[in-house]
Amino acid sequence: MKQFAFLVRRDLSLAFRQGMDSLMVVAFFVIAVVLFPLGVGPEPGTLARISSGVIWVAALLSAMLSLERLFQTDYEDGSLELLALSSLPMEVTVLAKVTAHWITTGLPLIIAAPVLAVLMQMETEGFVILIVALLLGTPSLSLIGAVGAALILGSRRGGVLLSLLVLPLYIPILIFGVSAVDGAIGGYEFKAQLLILSGFFIGSLALTPWAGAAGLRQALE
Amino acid sequence: MFQGKDITCIRGERLVFTGLDFSVGSGGALVLIGPNGSGKSSLLRMMAGLLRPASGKMEWNGENALDDFDEHASNLHYVGHHDAVKPVLSVLENVRFWAGVRGGEVSDKNILTALDAFAAKHLADIPGRFLSAGQKRRVNLARIIAAPAPLWLLDEPTTALDRASISLLDKAIKHHREGGGIVVLSTHADIDLEAATVLDISDYSLKKIERGAA
Amino acid sequence: MADLHRFANPTRFLKLAGYIQPWALAVFLISLSVGLYMSFFTAPADYQQGESARIMYVHVPAAWMAMFCYTIMALASAVSLIWKHPLADVSARSTAPVGAAFTFLALVTGSLWGKPMWGTWWVWDARLTSVLVLLFLYIGYMALQGAFDDRVRAAKASAILALVGFVNVPIIKFSVDWWNTLHQPASVVKMSGSSIHPSMLWPLLIMAIAFKAYYVWILLVRMRSELVANKVRILRLKQVHGG
Repeated sequence: MKQFAFLVRRDLSLAFRQGMDSLMVVAFFVIAVVLFPLGVGPEPGTLARISSGVIWVAALLSAMLSLERLFQTDYEDGSLELLALSSLPMEVTVLAKVTAHWITTGLPLIIAAPVLAVLMQMETEGFVILIVALLLGTPSLSLIGAVGAALILGSRRGGVLLSLLVLPLYIPILIFGVSAVDGAIGGYEFKAQLLILSGFFIGSLALTPWAGAAGLRQALE
Repeated sequence: MFQGKDITCIRGERLVFTGLDFSVGSGGALVLIGPNGSGKSSLLRMMAGLLRPASGKMEWNGENALDDFDEHASNLHYVGHHDAVKPVLSVLENVRFWAGVRGGEVSDKNILTALDAFAAKHLADIPGRFLSAGQKRRVNLARIIAAPAPLWLLDEPTTALDRASISLLDKAIKHHREGGGIVVLSTHADIDLEAATVLDISDYSLKKIERGAA
Repeated sequence: MADLHRFANPTRFLKLAGYIQPWALAVFLISLSVGLYMSFFTAPADYQQGESARIMYVHVPAAWMAMFCYTIMALASAVSLIWKHPLADVSARSTAPVGAAFTFLALVTGSLWGKPMWGTWWVWDARLTSVLVLLFLYIGYMALQGAFDDRVRAAKASAILALVGFVNVPIIKFSVDWWNTLHQPASVVKMSGSSIHPSMLWPLLIMAIAFKAYYVWILLVRMRSELVANKVRILRLKQVHGG
């Protein structure tokens, strides 16, 4: 556990000193959402209707884009080999890196989301549930994405390939995330969706570190 | 005692070497030589447990080294082609991280002593991005002194090092061996170790073996 | 010594494949002719959808095959990861494009079926949407296969992906069904086993057999050519490395 915190802290300080990463992800998130009013027109009714979907899709894409670098630098500079030889099991290494990734990219997205909800004219009833749903959903995005990020190490086309691998797997989170927010706005059921999102989170927490570690091991061979 | 018996290495779909045996006792050194592509790096990675041999076994003090990867990893230090020096962390932070991630507590004093052994103490506060290739390599080597482990696996450790640094490495290796440590290194023959066993890997390539049999 | 190469000499497999292949082809051709005849002439036209419902006899077995091939791929991947059997790699890799083709066929026939019913080529119906996502999974798998120069790495990485995808398939199916009930209750076909009339069931099953036999045949063809390609590659490598 101490080692886990040690690795998370190191990744956080790397991210903060390189600085730009989190900012760029948030900037991408904002600009992707802003494109929609420009694309479909600024009528409040239309925007409000699609607001939750647009915010979730943009969140999916931002999370996915930032994942490409998750293991890449460590793979290129030899750190991954040394991490494999450290006293941490590979699964814990994956979990630690995902935790740091979520803190530096998932959390800023969640903080930016209400502002975007305002821009998209979302009904205020949806705000709280949007944040809760993102809190439950984005960790799963990071976890599932980590498997993809491990698998593409050393491949010829990283980023595009990663999106092909990971985006289909994000669909369930998208569906229930949007449905929870729409439910809250429309005054329907939304607890079930949140429960299912938590279930996805627990499931991916249990399974993806294994798959990610297997991915890293084969990348190192 | 670190031993390997009848090891076969297949990379991609190519048989790199087969039937390779090695054995290094406490305080011993094994120098791997051979042309490009003969499998020096692969053998070192197998010794580190990063790569599974296609067949054969390895023993560390009589116990199967491949059974428990974490156990085996705690006995060794591996220096590969890359130096794993993060550009935004200072040299001290870099070494502190790699020493710390192995589990034990390592004091800054130990780290500074280790850096001093490679004449890199003055770099302690410098961020990694300002280092030259040779300085990075020295920092990477200091890492293996900072947190002791009995087995050193060094893949072309002299790359990018100048003559003075190579003699520092010589000294470090000598010191390590005097303490009962084992060193396995691959090289293009620009390092001279006392009483080292030399292993030419190309002797175990398929071509040589087929020629021998014919 | 040469036996140490992967795929060096799967003689027994090639021999067996040689026996099975013509039989698979024969079963495919016969059951395809019978199945097509039955679905065009003996099966009744649907009382609501008329003649156009006959496309079901291609669409439904193709959708079954899409899932069947993914299952085979995942099983073969598990075998290759656990027992490292080289033939498992080859069969997973050879199954992927076949499965993708069946998936695509299911999508196209589904869209053709939807046209007379709804007047549009595409409807976001639960079954079609799931099949579409499955196609993406196949594409991702094949893209990963092609993204590495090292065949062994490609095989390992995509085997892990196939297993991850396989675990996700039911979750995706469940999510899409949920999403569909929220937005659009209509469905092209409701296959509730008991209600289907035997005169429709038989052509369906025979077509399913035809597709399975086709799969076996094409899989063997592809595996044999893969094995030959492997031999060529190994010879090339020998040339380069002289070993």
